[in-house]
Amino acid sequence: MRLAAEASYVVRIWIFLENIRRKVLKIQKDEVTHVAHLARLEFTEAETEKFTAQLNNILIYMDMLNRADTTGVEPMTHAIAQKNAFREDLVKESLSREATLANAPDARGDFFRVPKVIE
Amino acid sequence: MELNQLTIHELQEKIKAGETTSTEIVQAVFRRIDAVEKDVHAYILLTREMALEGAARADEEIKKGNIKTLTGIPIALKDLLCTKGVTTTCASHILHNYVPPYDATVVEKLRDAGAVFTGKTNMDEFAMGSSTETSYFGITKNPWDLERIPGGSSGGSAAAVVADECIAAIGSDTGGSIRQPAALCGVVGMKPTYGRVSRYGLVAFASSLDQIGPFTKDVEDCAIMMNILAGYDPRESTSVPADVPDYRQFLSRGIGGWKVGIPKEYFIEGIDAEVKDAIQQTIKVIEGMGAKCIEVSLPHTEYCLAVYYIIAPAEASSNLARYDGVKYGFRSLDGRDLMEMYKKSRSAGFGAEVKRRIMLGTYVLSSGYYDAYYKKASQVRALIKQDFDEAFKQCDVLLTPTTPTPAFKIGEKTDDPLQMYLSDIFTISTNLAGIPGMVVPCGFTRAGLPVGVQFLAGHFEEGKLIQIAAAYEKNANLGKRRPKL
Repeated sequence: MRLAAEASYVVRIWIFLENIRRKVLKIQKDEVTHVAHLARLEFTEAETEKFTAQLNNILIYMDMLNRADTTGVEPMTHAIAQKNAFREDLVKESLSREATLANAPDARGDFFRVPKVIE
Repeated sequence: MELNQLTIHELQEKIKAGETTSTEIVQAVFRRIDAVEKDVHAYILLTREMALEGAARADEEIKKGNIKTLTGIPIALKDLLCTKGVTTTCASHILHNYVPPYDATVVEKLRDAGAVFTGKTNMDEFAMGSSTETSYFGITKNPWDLERIPGGSSGGSAAAVVADECIAAIGSDTGGSIRQPAALCGVVGMKPTYGRVSRYGLVAFASSLDQIGPFTKDVEDCAIMMNILAGYDPRESTSVPADVPDYRQFLSRGIGGWKVGIPKEYFIEGIDAEVKDAIQQTIKVIEGMGAKCIEVSLPHTEYCLAVYYIIAPAEASSNLARYDGVKYGFRSLDGRDLMEMYKKSRSAGFGAEVKRRIMLGTYVLSSGYYDAYYKKASQVRALIKQDFDEAFKQCDVLLTPTTPTPAFKIGEKTDDPLQMYLSDIFTISTNLAGIPGMVVPCGFTRAGLPVGVQFLAGHFEEGKLIQIAAAYEKNANLGKRRPKL
C-alpha cells in the first residue's frame, strides 16, 4: 500500500514537472522552423525567437480546451449542414486565358513562368 | 444637414421627390472625403471618377423614372471584395496590385440595385485583426477619437460610415469583424447567418466562418441592404437556398411579449464599467417595451476564443496557400529556384499577424497535432452551437455586450496577440455557431466613445434581429451625435 502511494506520489511530481516543462515550451524553435517550411515561409533568427515565444503563449492558452468533455461529440465542420451542391453539367463561359494571365508576375505565351524547378 | 449625412431611405425620398440628384450626393460624399480622409484614412482606394460616372448614369435612370432600391446611392466596399477592373488588395503587400477579372456576387447585386461605389475601404490584412492596424496601407483612425482604433477588421468601412464618407458600406465578419468595429464606431452592423449571403468573390480567410454584411447609419438602412445582399447563389457551394423575407416588414412590429435572453457568461470580470452600464440601460429600455429579459446560460462560452484561434488559422493557412507568387500578386525576385521563390515571396508579401496565423494554422493541422487541436476544437465547436440551440428554445433573441471595452488606443495591443484576440471575446461564438448577429449603438462613455449592444438570433432569423434593433432604436433616444472631425 505504502509503496503504491509513494509511487503515485512520484508519478504526480513527474507529471507536475512535465507540465512545467511543456508549459515553458509547447513548441521549440526547430519545430517553428519546420512548420515555417511546411507553410513556405522563412524567418530570421530574431523572428523565429519571437514567433516561438508568441506561439507558445497561444498554445498554452489553447490547453484550456482539455477541460471540455467531448466524449462522443461529432466534430463540427460547417455551421449549416448541407449536402453536395450539385449543378447541371453544362459547358459555360469561363475566364479567358488573357484575363487569367493578366495578373501573373511573369507570363509568356499561354503559360505562367516560374524559376526553374529541376536541375 | 449635408446630403452625405443622410441615410439611404432619406436620400431615396429626396431622389424620388426630385429634390436632389445622385451627382449631388456623390459630390457631397467626396467633399467630405476631401475634408476628413487625411485624418481618418478609411479608404485604401477612392474611385471618384467611376463614382461620378455612375452617378451621371443613375441620374439618367432617375429622369426616366427608373428608380431602384439603391439608385444613385454611394456605397463603400471593404477591400477584400473582388471588383472587376479595380484593385482588390486585402490590405496586403502580397495582393497590392491584384486586379480581379470578375465581380463578387454582392458587388454585382449592389450594382444591379443601382449603387454607386466610392472606393475600397481599409481593413486588417486579410481581415486578420481587431483594430485595422495590420493593414499594409496604414492605420485607420476612429472618427470619435483619432488616437484610437476604429475596431477591425472592417475598420475602414465602419469609420467611413460614421464619418459620413459614404452612405453605407460592406464589410465581412469572421469572428466579429463587422460587429466589433460597428460597436466601436457607433454604427449599425449585421453579420448574417452563414450561407445567407454569397461569399463568391470574397477573398477567403476562414471559409467556415466568413460572412459578408452591411454597415449602415440606422436599422432601416440595414434592412434595405439585407434585402439586396441576402439570397442563394449557385456559384457559392455553401450558399443556402432558403427564402429571403422582405426585411423591412420587421421594422415596425415591436417586441411585446418577447423573451430576450441575457447570457450570464457574457458579463465577465474585466468588462469596462461604462460598457456594462450602457448594456444594463439597454436591458431596461428593452423591458420597458414589453419584452421580458431572462437569464440564460451558454456554458461553453469560455472555450470560444481557443476554438476560434485554432479553426480560423487552420482554415486560413489552407486558404492562403494560394499566394505563391505565380498566379497574381507580389513575387520576390530573390529566389533562385521555385521553393525559394515561394518562401521569399510569401515571407516578404505577408505581414506579421498573417504569418503568425498561417504558422499557428499549419502547426495545428500538422501530423501529430491534428487530433489534439483541430479535432478537439471542432468537437467543442459543436458544443458551442448546442449551447445556442438550447438558449433559443427559451428565448427569441439574445442580448449581449459587443466588446469588453470601448475603442482602445492605437498601438495599445499590437505587441500582445492574445490581448488583441480578447477584444473579440463576445463576437466569436456567433461565427462558430453560424448564427446571425447585429450591433446597434446603445450609448456613449463619458469620454464620448460609442458603445454597441449585440443581438443574436437563431439561424436565418435576421428578421428578428431587425425587429428588436428597430424597436430599440426608436425607444433608446440616443439623439444624433456626430464625431467632431
